[in-house]
Order: sequence, then C-alpha cells, then structure tokens
Amino acid sequence: MTLGSVPPKFKVDIDRYQCMDCGRCIENCSYGVYRREGNKILIESRKCTGCLRCVSMCPRDAIMLTEKPVDYRSHPLWTREAREDIIKQARSGKIILSGMGNARDLPVVYDHLLLDACQVTNPSIDPLREPMELRTYIGKKPSKLKFKKTESGDVELETKLAPNLKLNTPIMIGHMSFGAISLNAQLSMAKAVTELGTYMGTGEGGLHEALYPYQDHMIVQVASGRFGVNIDYLERGAAIEIKIGQGAKPGIGGHLPGEKVSEEVSKTRMIPVGSDAISPAPHHDIYSIEDLVQLIRSLKEATEWKKPVFVKIAAVHNVAPIAAGIARSSADAVVIDGFRGGTGAAPKVFRDNVGIPIEVAIASVDQKLREQGVRNEISIIASGGIRNSADLAKSIALGADAVNIGTAALVALGCRVCGNCYRNLCPWGIATQRPDLVSRLDPERGAVQVSNLIKGWTYELSELMGAAGINSIESLRGNRDRLRGYMLDEGMLKILDVLPAGA
Amino acid sequence: MKMVRIDARGMHYTPLNQKIRAAVADGAEEIVLDNILGQRFIGDGLRGNVRIIINGVPGGDLGMFMSGPTCIVHGNAEHAPGNTMDRGMLVIHGSAGDAVAHSMRGGKVFVKNNIGYRGGIHMKQYEVEARPILVVGGTAHSFLGEYMAGGLVLVFGIGKDKAMTDRGIGSGIHGGEIIIRGEVDDYLLGIGAKKFKFTESDLERIAPIIKSFCEQFGYDATDFLNTNYTKIGPASSRPFASKYVWE
Repeated sequence: MTLGSVPPKFKVDIDRYQCMDCGRCIENCSYGVYRREGNKILIESRKCTGCLRCVSMCPRDAIMLTEKPVDYRSHPLWTREAREDIIKQARSGKIILSGMGNARDLPVVYDHLLLDACQVTNPSIDPLREPMELRTYIGKKPSKLKFKKTESGDVELETKLAPNLKLNTPIMIGHMSFGAISLNAQLSMAKAVTELGTYMGTGEGGLHEALYPYQDHMIVQVASGRFGVNIDYLERGAAIEIKIGQGAKPGIGGHLPGEKVSEEVSKTRMIPVGSDAISPAPHHDIYSIEDLVQLIRSLKEATEWKKPVFVKIAAVHNVAPIAAGIARSSADAVVIDGFRGGTGAAPKVFRDNVGIPIEVAIASVDQKLREQGVRNEISIIASGGIRNSADLAKSIALGADAVNIGTAALVALGCRVCGNCYRNLCPWGIATQRPDLVSRLDPERGAVQVSNLIKGWTYELSELMGAAGINSIESLRGNRDRLRGYMLDEGMLKILDVLPAGA
Repeated sequence: MKMVRIDARGMHYTPLNQKIRAAVADGAEEIVLDNILGQRFIGDGLRGNVRIIINGVPGGDLGMFMSGPTCIVHGNAEHAPGNTMDRGMLVIHGSAGDAVAHSMRGGKVFVKNNIGYRGGIHMKQYEVEARPILVVGGTAHSFLGEYMAGGLVLVFGIGKDKAMTDRGIGSGIHGGEIIIRGEVDDYLLGIGAKKFKFTESDLERIAPIIKSFCEQFGYDATDFLNTNYTKIGPASSRPFASKYVWE
C-alpha cells in the first residue's frame, strides 16, 4: 500500500499521577482502545471514536482526549475530510457510508431566527399562574362543523370527525427501529412517551413484544421493506406512518447490515438471522401519487378507518407541491424530515449534500397548503436536527403542528454523537444489539432521562409562549409575525415569510 | 356449511368489506361475491378461514395484509394481489397485473395465466411456517422476484415456447428461489441472481405445490413432473455488502 495510514482522529492520554488503576476505562471501551499489560494500562489512540464513555466513567477525571492531534497542512478547500475521503476511495473504490446526521458546517437557519416577547402593551403571561394550552391534536380537522338539535333540545355534533392523536405536548420521538437501536433504548423512550402523553415511532423494524404495553403510544411504520408488517402490527399501533423518505438520505432505501440482525431482531422483523434487511429505494407498489393514495387507503381499510395514517417524506426541493399532493391523498399528517436528520448509516455523499433544511421546508409547505385551502386537511410534523425548545418554538411559529426528535432523545440516553452507530459497538447500549452493551442502558432510568428532557422543553415552550403573550399553542402555529430574521438574505426571508430583525 | 351471497353491483369497497367482515363474524364459511367490478382491497387485513368466491374482476390489492382466508377469483385480478399477505390463499382463474405477491410473507398465490412486471418482488420468509409461494401458469414480465428475500416463485409458461422472455429475473435477490420450467437464457438474469442445478430433491420438494396448482386449474400434473426446470437463487445473501466502505 503506497498510501500509508492517515493520522489518528483522537489522542487519548491518561494522567498517570491521577489514575488509580481501577480499569474502568478498559471495561467500558467497546472499541478496544485500552488494554492491560502487566501492571500498566496501554492505550491505542487510533481506535478511539470520541464516544467519551471512558471519560465519563473515570472516577478521577484522569483521561484526556485531544481531537486531531496531528493535522494536515491547513487548506481552505482541501480540508482534512476531503483528503481522507479521497484516500479511502483510492484504497477501496467504494461508496463511503457514515453514521448520524449531516456533519457539514453549513449555516443553521434556526440560529438566524429570533423569537418575540411582549413589552408594555400586550402584557406577557405568567405560565406559573395562567394555564398554557399545549395540547395538540394530530390529524384531519373538518373545514366546518354541523350541529343538529335533538328532541330534548340538546345540541349534537353531526359532522363525523376523523381519528386524531392527542398530544399533551407538541414533541414526539421519531422513528428509530429495533435493529438500528437496542430494545432497551426503545423501551426507555416508550415508557417516557406513555408517561407524558405523547408518541414515538417504531421505525421499520416491527414491534417487539416487550413494547406491547406501550402500543397506544407507538406509531407503527410501514416502509418499503415491509419488515415486521402484518395485520396484528397495524392494529396495535396508535397510528400508522408510511415512510417514503428520510432526511439523512433522501431518494435511497435503507439497509440493516446482517451483523445487526440478531435472534430477537430477526423475530421482530420476520427475517432470517444474519441476513441483510434491505429496504428498496421506492415502495414497489407506489410509483405515482395515485398509488400512494391506494396504499394509504389499504392501511385504513385494513384497520377499519380507526387509525390516522401519516406519510413521511424527506425535505427536498419540491417538498411543497409533494406535501400538497399528500394532503389530498387521505393522509392525516405529513412528516417532513430535514437534511440534518440523523440515521444509523447513510452514504456520506447523500447525508451531506442531498435535501434542504427543515426550517425552509416547514415554511414552504405551510404556505402552499394555506394557499390551496387544505391546511386543515393535514397536520405537519417537522423533524431533522431539532436541538432544543427554541428550535421547537420556531418550528411551530413557521407552521408545524408538532416536531419529532431523534438524536436529542438519544443524547438524553447517553449518546455523545460519535457517529459510529453502524458498528454494533455502541458503548452506551443504544445503537447496538450486543447483550453486554445493551444491558448498560437501564430502561427505567433511561425513561426518566428522556421524560425529563421533554418536560424541560415543554416548560421552556410555555415560558416562551407566555413571554410572547400567547396562551395557546394554536396561536403560535404559523404565527410568523413573532419571528424575525437575523442576518438572512432577502430570498431566504421571502421563503420563510419572515421580516428582518428591526422591521 | 354456512354460505353468504353478496351482490356487489355498484358497491364501494368499504361497505363491501364491512359486509364481508360482518359475515365472517357471523360464522360464514363461504362468501360468494357477485358482480365484482374493480372494488379494491377485498379481504384487506381479514383473518379467519373463510372461503371467498369472487365472480368478476376485483381491483388492486386483493387480499392485502390478509391472514388466513382463501379467495377464488373467477376472472382477472388488478395490481398487487397478495400484497404483504401473511397467510391464506389467492387462486386467480385469469391473469393479474403488476407487483403480484409484493412483500408477501406467507400463504399462496396461484395465477392461471400471466402476471405483469415485478411479480413476487421483495417476498420474504421467516422460518418454515412463514414461507410465501407464488405460482404462475403462464409467463411474467420483467423483474420477476426482484429484491426477493425468501419464499418460492414458480413459473410454468403453459402454452409458451419459453416460460420467460423478459429480463431482470431476480435482480437484487438475497434469499428464496425462483423456479422456471425449461431453459432460461443467461441474459435474462438480473444483477445478483445466479442459476443453480435443479435436482431430484428439488422436484420432490415442489411436487406437492405442482399437484396443488394442477388440481385448482384442472391440469394433468404428470406434464409438470416429467420435465426440466431452471432454478435461480441469490449469488449472495448480502448482495450489497461489497459496495460500501465505512467512514
């Protein structure tokens, strides 16, 4: 090999003066950075992924981690990444796969949007004293209500209402499958959403028996591989989501490597142990918008029109007309996943280059549906890189009904976003099926952490709303007057339909 | 035997399926549907052991998510009969459209004549009890058994010089088998598909399926037992493993 090795990504050091030689670093590192030789702990820095498991478990803070200890000659165009990708492909001739979401340093629109607050006129509301209405209903809303008078003089609703999901807070957890993540990770989140009165997705990996007690808070997914899908699965879910696309890799299918198809994963997906689980790029019964209508109706017909059906698409250039088509297709909600959405594995070139930011997708979809008079026909759920309650509030002000979080929920479980999800070695017990690693994540404690995160965001959302003099989530939804753009260009402000700061 | 007759003339599929469900709940063992004309989703998500006789041409997604019943169609079927079907049987006394048996996980689909494109696409199998079987009397268009992950597709080519003349057979196949009567030209095979020797034990294995098909449509099974077949399967259970390198 004439290319030699590339410099290690991290340098790990142990402060030998602090170290008490307890060996927790050796036990905890599933990547094999540490080993004991004689009475010494030796370090192999090249194996480090920066997952920080050892640092967080070291009782003496004796471990030091340096990123990029040896760097290349700096160059604005030929970055380290650009050079290393070329070296990798010169060696292999293959497609580069990567974990987690878009890792490019592109401007974040959320960070250029500022929220409003009341001063003097329109007093702000104190959420400690006044009730704040955060309850959100996801699903079709009638354009008008018809009533009739009964013989006894009572008034009765004549309009037939479509089934809706009732959320106590406009935060749900998106679809991460059993297979991509561990059962303990799914269980932690399922317990949390059940306690809080919100929902989470199953992903395309079936519904494990252990999750049946939480099924009323689980949205079951039907993706192009149809793994784990049967009538029993469809009936168990609170709602059904058809996955067309994903923000991290729009336009391509999914692929769970055989290594992660363990006994339990195989049972839940209903495929043989160790075989690749391939989800094709398109659904092969959907080649047009009419076919999508047919799949939606087939799911509704199978479940006797009792379940809302969502359609998830990746945010791509024509997201607004696509969503408008979906709004007319009997779907109850459209889930839009922006280009910063996470994933267990995606081709790097897709992850970093395909799709558009969720912020602009929400704005243009909401705008288009309102122009066409069909906004009430469908709810908008936004996902893909929502990091905090400010991103949540801004998403709703841009026009979303609710958001899905993914990475944020995993971080609440211990994830440090190292991006090695595909290796089945996650030392936090999240993105792995190895029993010894999975057992590191206690679902009871995990549930408390996820629930705490959602509670914290919910408190912050009510504070932000109160400060803006808004006491109901409905008055925030699509209320772009309460947003201002900061350092955004005119074209972007127009798409977002937001005034510049100061105007 | 409790039999129920439903006249479906001009009826939308939702009330039709409601009537079928009500009849099944009421203990019907056979349901005859007359004047079927394009109603989609017949038997969608239906459980039980009921036998449904369909007189006419049903619409798309016949028997989708179905788990147990048998549907006998006296006519042709539209696209994707047996879509994501779990258990049960579809017998079609005619031809069917595209994506027949799409993602089917168990049960049988027998089609007397021809099927369209992408037949048996992404069929999958889990252990022995959940093994889907698609049998086609005539021929199939391109991409037969594409992305197939398990189960069996059997094509007889009755009345044809060659059972298969369309390309892309088994492209991306990573499990299961496609068995075609007679010879299959190499150029018809899709990426990732490979021919295997069809052995005596293979014939022994599929003989009950051949007999069952012939019984349904009144053919003499000996014609199909004393003949040669081509077996096509996956070149690898991990067809895309060599396409990627990790970051």
